[in-house]
Amino acid sequence: MANTVTIIDYGIGNLLSVCRAFEYCGATVNLSSNTHEIATAERLVLPGVGAFGLAMQKLRDNALVEPIHAFANTERPLLGICLGMQLLLDRSTEFGDTPGLGLIAGEVLAIPKTTHNGITLKIPNIGWHELHASQSNRNWCGTVLENTNQAMSVYFVHSYHAKVTNSHHELASICYGDTPLAAVINDAGITGCQFHPEKSSTVGLTIIKQFIKI
Amino acid sequence: MTNIRLIARLDIKGPNLIKGVQLEGLRIIGDPNAFAMRYYQEGADELLYMDSVASLYGRNNLSDVVRYTAQNIFIPFTVGGGIRNVGDVDTLLRAGADKVAINTAAIQRPMLITDVAKHFGSQCMVLSIEAKHKGNGHWEAYSDNGREPSHKDVVHWAKQGESLGAGEIVLTSVDCDGMRKGFNTELIHAVSSAVTIPVIASGGFGELKHLSDAVFKGNADAVAIATALHYQQVSFNDMRHYATTHNITVRQPS
Repeated sequence: MANTVTIIDYGIGNLLSVCRAFEYCGATVNLSSNTHEIATAERLVLPGVGAFGLAMQKLRDNALVEPIHAFANTERPLLGICLGMQLLLDRSTEFGDTPGLGLIAGEVLAIPKTTHNGITLKIPNIGWHELHASQSNRNWCGTVLENTNQAMSVYFVHSYHAKVTNSHHELASICYGDTPLAAVINDAGITGCQFHPEKSSTVGLTIIKQFIKI
Repeated sequence: MTNIRLIARLDIKGPNLIKGVQLEGLRIIGDPNAFAMRYYQEGADELLYMDSVASLYGRNNLSDVVRYTAQNIFIPFTVGGGIRNVGDVDTLLRAGADKVAINTAAIQRPMLITDVAKHFGSQCMVLSIEAKHKGNGHWEAYSDNGREPSHKDVVHWAKQGESLGAGEIVLTSVDCDGMRKGFNTELIHAVSSAVTIPVIASGGFGELKHLSDAVFKGNADAVAIATALHYQQVSFNDMRHYATTHNITVRQPS
């Protein structure tokens, strides 16, 4: 069936808004914690809010790490949202050193508390920020950002940020204080959004529609 | 500077959007869903729902409005009023709320802040503080919609709330609420400079100049506006236009 999106339900956070936004954008949503459904999904979404370690534990408790890897190997589209994006990386320094899914090379670090000029930054970063193409990825064609213009704003809420090992895996970034933070990362079929597209008004809905089309 | 968030505040009683002056003398404004949709379409950055009398009855009646918002409105929204425990928070988050604002129950049991932050993350634990001026640059936190004094100094309480795990503070000046004479910038500044979490200024917006005051004098990270929006004395377009011409960075909707 066309446009079916499987959203992983692993007992973390509120999935209602994510499901509703995908439905609004024309997807048939399958909210699932079934290993077979996840491994064989047409399109997969990994949502999540909260702590990295707890989220990885929940994925393991539900035996979902392997099915996610199996899905990723098919190169079909996978979208990680917020914490779900961070889980795609190798590890996080939140509460010690926790391994992630390792689908995109990189790590998750705390947002620096001050700018280079010593100005204190509010943490968590809560609010709307403009998306800018990262240096090595000036072209957003063929990605979830294909129909999104530069400098459009989307909604963030996070205390940690993703740092990819290979800069060409970063599609877009924001500037928080004077610190650039990754906003969208991508490697082949796998994409991660640090912001919440389901809470980013028409700009976010455009990104979701694009993901459904990929 | 990061974008200053422009938040529509909707105080709810039963099925109605209401608004008072200094949290008293509540008048019915209309259907909250219609107002919420209008603010979303006009480019509000967030919505803030407060069930103004919920803590008096020990319950929150916002489930209808929360459900409507979750189904139809794709920006973040916070729900406050009458939240007493982790179970109440769970119910509201499951119904689609992104954050909860807690005042009375946190004053009665400060560890509730930690419980909520641990269960759901600091990002959804908004400490709501209702402040009344007590002279000499001191404010006291009130509970039960500005009715009950807590004997807590607002600045001290804000710092304690942050250390207990609050991710954000919505700071309402009871004295300025509904007066449209401007925010209490001294209060906002005192709290904002005492904590490193974002502070939402609420209570007193009446004209565009008050936006500059909240940002530059108060150091607010966000402003919540009710009366002036409900009575269409100001629109989000007006605020964005004013902001861009007055050196305040705000989101530019597509």
